[in-house]
Amino acid sequence: MSSDADRKIKVLVGKPGLDGHDVGAKIVVRALMDAGFDVVYTGLRKTPSEIIDQAMDENVDVIGLSSLAGSHLPFCTKLKGLIEQYGLKDKLWLIGGCLPAHDHPELKRLGLDGIFPNGSRLEDIVDFINGNANVNGGKEKAS
Amino acid sequence: MSSEGLKPVFNESGIEIKPLYTEQDVEDSGGFDFIGDPGEYPFTRGIHPEMYRKRPFTMRQYSGFGNPVDTNKRFKFLIDTGNTGLNVAFDLATQTGLDTDNLLAEGEAGRVGMAVDTLRDMEIAFDGIDLEQITVSLTINGSAAILIAMYLAMAENRGYDLTKLRGTAQNDILKEFIGRGTWIFPVDASVKLVGDTIEYCAEHAPKYSPVSVCGYHIRESGANPAEEMAYAFCIAKAYAHEVMKRGLDVDEFAGRLSYNINCYGNLFEQVAKYRAGRSLWAKIVKEDLGAKNPKSMWFRTIAGGGGAGLTIEQPELNIVRAAYYALIGALSGAQTMALCSYDEAYTIPTEYSARISLRTMQMLTHEMGICETVDPMAGSYYMETLTNEMRTKMEEIMAEVDAEGGIIEMVKDGRIQAKVSEQAYEMQRNIDSGEFPKVGVNCFRIDEEEERKVEFHPYNVKDAELQIESLKKVRASRDNDAVAKALSQLKEDAKADKNVMPAIMEAVKAYATVGELTDAMVEVYGRYQEPIRF
Repeated sequence: MSSDADRKIKVLVGKPGLDGHDVGAKIVVRALMDAGFDVVYTGLRKTPSEIIDQAMDENVDVIGLSSLAGSHLPFCTKLKGLIEQYGLKDKLWLIGGCLPAHDHPELKRLGLDGIFPNGSRLEDIVDFINGNANVNGGKEKAS
Repeated sequence: MSSEGLKPVFNESGIEIKPLYTEQDVEDSGGFDFIGDPGEYPFTRGIHPEMYRKRPFTMRQYSGFGNPVDTNKRFKFLIDTGNTGLNVAFDLATQTGLDTDNLLAEGEAGRVGMAVDTLRDMEIAFDGIDLEQITVSLTINGSAAILIAMYLAMAENRGYDLTKLRGTAQNDILKEFIGRGTWIFPVDASVKLVGDTIEYCAEHAPKYSPVSVCGYHIRESGANPAEEMAYAFCIAKAYAHEVMKRGLDVDEFAGRLSYNINCYGNLFEQVAKYRAGRSLWAKIVKEDLGAKNPKSMWFRTIAGGGGAGLTIEQPELNIVRAAYYALIGALSGAQTMALCSYDEAYTIPTEYSARISLRTMQMLTHEMGICETVDPMAGSYYMETLTNEMRTKMEEIMAEVDAEGGIIEMVKDGRIQAKVSEQAYEMQRNIDSGEFPKVGVNCFRIDEEEERKVEFHPYNVKDAELQIESLKKVRASRDNDAVAKALSQLKEDAKADKNVMPAIMEAVKAYATVGELTDAMVEVYGRYQEPIRF
């Protein structure tokens, strides 16, 4: 992968599963565009493999998901398998939405780098990506 | 009175609010002509002369989860605690036309509503519930034609006379494209299906309300209150035109169209919104659609939940917020009310939180004197001025939509979706910055550790397994030839551009599944492709 430092960080915002709540995802898309990122929005009702395909086609640095109808754990479990299979473990992986605190440890175990439950501030999401993603197509953990 | 030195204030719809209103303001904004009497055109003060004095608003909490057996139990609990109607939640597989055993439905079955695959599930869910005493509202859109058919078939099998059966389906697909997102077919075919249900019900189930036009979700998606109402009217007109071009007279169906309108936000703006909306809809139905029967001009509405007004922060404050929203709904003269429960930003409501919502509405009707007199806000200089100004604003927005080619075209290319989502972003930035105050969110915050004590409604994976088992049993025991025949009739009728409801009725009676019926129609109509536009 190229290490063009001028290239913008590219973020995929995906809507997994059958959940139709897209207000938050679209707000985040706009906030990320305003923050200067390249943003790809998948639209609603994407399967795990559709999200992986689009992430690879677009060569994104960050995979973000938005889930508000409760199916985040089964979906992320499936996505984890594909992320490993296609060698995408270096991508920064984020999720936002209706994510009960008691599910956060499991989401972290599955490999999510950032968890942004509803109520999160837009600038915190932007700061997290700026602090943890790089344009070499990968993530650089702040710690 | 001088307002020098005071910062100008605008409501969410963009109307400037003065520090004092007098009779002159009412005159300047359009006068008293539109107010009239309750029960008489243009119905600003209410669609009935005595309103709640005669019959309080119906209390209809949104509910449904797991399989139909669980849902039947919850329905009975809700009825026992005093709900006078049911508002049925379906899971996302049912809403998007998938059977529970479809791979795409994995992990979703029964999660946000009850799973329905065949008529059998409808029979179980409503077992032992008197469909004349309890009116049922089905929150279903993309697959509404199928679920309406299942409900009618279930009622018919139980011996109810369809010509007397009451009830409502949401069945507002245009708003699904704008917000909520449970579309299946392309826009034109979807509108055609809504037309089919209206036409079918007008003939076979004339007391049934086949469509509840939802400003609610458009508001939740970012529209301001005046836009919410204006867009809802544009959508209702689109459905009306769809059936009128088939030769139906407006008076044959308009009386059964109903609305679902949000009630969160500025109290006075909200009440004015409903009052203005009532008179504007009456005017549209009379003047634009040519209705003669005053009942066709009734703006019958549910005042809905206010979900977007509730917060994840300090969730117990939502009990108080919802009580204000209920007050708004009651002052607005809504026919039905459904309140969001305080825990809805976290989970589907528990029995505990659902009961608090119900008790909130009961306090209004039983303790606060809200039912004693009609339209108690009438005659206030502020309320009448604002009602006039909101009506003018709604008319302006509707004219803009017409100038842009109409609501259907704006939905097709994603213009309306982009507009409301941009406004949602602006609102979020105003909340983040504190410009738009939200108690407990951007002011009066407390430590997060302390605040998020919410009991979660449990999700049981077993429910999905049981549902799949039950589906397999139905598939094995039904007459599969009858199903195949009914499905091929459905495809033929769809290709011939006929009303598909009779064929759907036949198929559901033969226990065809939601997925089979949807696939048959997808074969003919295709699937919607979402425009991505920012």
